[in-house]
Amino acid sequence: MRVNLTVNGEQRQADDVWEGESLLYVLRERLGLPGSKNACEQGECGSCTVYLDAVPVCACLVAAGQAEGREVRTVEGLADGDRLDPVQQSFVDAGAVQCGFCTPGLVVAAHDLLARVPEPADEEIREALAGNLCRCTGYEKILDAVKLAATRGAGA
Amino acid sequence: MEFLRPATLPEALAVKAERPGAVPIAGGTDVMVELNFDHRRPEALLDLTGITELGEWSTTNGTIRLGAGVPYTRLIDELGKRLPGLAMAARTVGSPQIRNRGTVGGNLGAASPAGDTHPVLLATGATIEVASTRGSRMIAADDFYLGVKRNALEADELITAVHLPDAKAPQQFSKIGTRNAMVIAVCSFGLALHPERQRVGAAIGSAAPTPRRSRAAEDFLSGELADAGLWESPAPLRDSVCRRFGELVAEGTEPIDDVRGSAAYRRHALSVLARRTLTWAWQEYRAGERSCA
Ligand SMILES: Cc1cc2nc3c(=O)[nH]c(=O)nc-3n(C[C@H](O)[C@H](O)[C@H](O)COP(=O)(O)OP(=O)(O)OC[C@H]3O[C@@H](n4cnc5c(N)ncnc54)[C@H](O)[C@@H]3O)c2cc1C
Ligand code: FES
Ligand code: FES
Repeated sequence: MRVNLTVNGEQRQADDVWEGESLLYVLRERLGLPGSKNACEQGECGSCTVYLDAVPVCACLVAAGQAEGREVRTVEGLADGDRLDPVQQSFVDAGAVQCGFCTPGLVVAAHDLLARVPEPADEEIREALAGNLCRCTGYEKILDAVKLAATRGAGA
Repeated sequence: MEFLRPATLPEALAVKAERPGAVPIAGGTDVMVELNFDHRRPEALLDLTGITELGEWSTTNGTIRLGAGVPYTRLIDELGKRLPGLAMAARTVGSPQIRNRGTVGGNLGAASPAGDTHPVLLATGATIEVASTRGSRMIAADDFYLGVKRNALEADELITAVHLPDAKAPQQFSKIGTRNAMVIAVCSFGLALHPERQRVGAAIGSAAPTPRRSRAAEDFLSGELADAGLWESPAPLRDSVCRRFGELVAEGTEPIDDVRGSAAYRRHALSVLARRTLTWAWQEYRAGERSCA
């Protein structure tokens, strides 16, 4: 089947989509957007997190057909050309990126948190990121990155 | 496989009548896992997310009609005060990403013994509204769960809504898991006080083949509260009453040993959850009564 959707502000079309295919597969394999990572395909790791109509979701759990006519924003869509979004920049500056596999999902989840809660408490950050696994950093630097992004007014 | 996107409920029901093998998909948080892992290859997916009515809620005469497709996040944000027990359960589901997509309708469709909303639906006396081209019918939560992952839906039916009373008194939900987030319940417990009927609702999850009411515990506690006139003048509960309530809840379980916990642990943990949630709910009830007086 064919799926039409808006991705990062651009009208896109994916062809020959299998009816049981996930939005994640469409983004990565058909639309050439490898930012969202595929790790578990069962909603456990959060590395595929994208905005669907402004709501963060696991792209691996959205059927491609459910994205028809909807708006998707991926980690690629957060940066403004070469200029990283403050959340992305803060992850780099705080050393919250090691292998980087979890980073796109965490950045989207953190971006959403800061848009809703510009100055989150530690527990709020932990709760907001509870659906994102990182095997490398131990999470402390990730917490630092989110706090740094908050001081830079990332949510504003 | 086909992907069907009905725009209206009648359209969806017509499809379901014609093709009972079409699998409904709402948030997809159960269905997509099965597809991704090739555990399921249905002839068709029936996408319910385009049907506006399933994503809405309304109130009439003190009853809330919650559309089957309202995601947990919206239920928490919009109905947290009116459906406190269900909102508590919803807050424990998965992660923010899962709560942004997952729905009570999907939890009911999956009918896992571990589904978090079930003990609350049972304890609050919820009714499940289902529909087909033959008409719609109401199924008491009590009659909805038939076996492990089996529910009372006919092949041509869809869940349209859940009806719950607008909470007039404290409710509680508690769940045991191995960490704070992203865990399926080792066991869970829902409690609702119904002063207007002088009854207590109590139900367990993940400790029997289906979620189920703790009837003996409900009867015991309702009797104790009524006999002592505690609904009208709520004094602190005697420790022996709380304990007996916990014991009766534990006796009403039929748990299994599995990787997440032993049967003995589940039984014990539920007696503790029952006692604790009762204590919390009763404290809140007493505080509420005092502030009204
Ligand atoms: C990582 C992860 C963590 C999870 N954690 C929890 C947890 O903590 N607690 C918990 O309870 N669950 C948990 N779940 C399971 C799942 O999120 C819930 O069961 C959720 O409520 C399913 O809702 P959904 O809308 O996504 O359902 P879907 O996946 O869309 O559907 C689930 C089932 O219900 C059927 N269905 C859906 N809507 C209808 C309808 N209107 N009428 C008839 N049938 C219907 C579908 O055909 C399917 O069989 C988790 C899942 C994942 C992937
Ligand atoms: S790949 Fe989607 S949550 Fe892990
Ligand atoms: S940086 Fe490697 S998984 Fe997070």
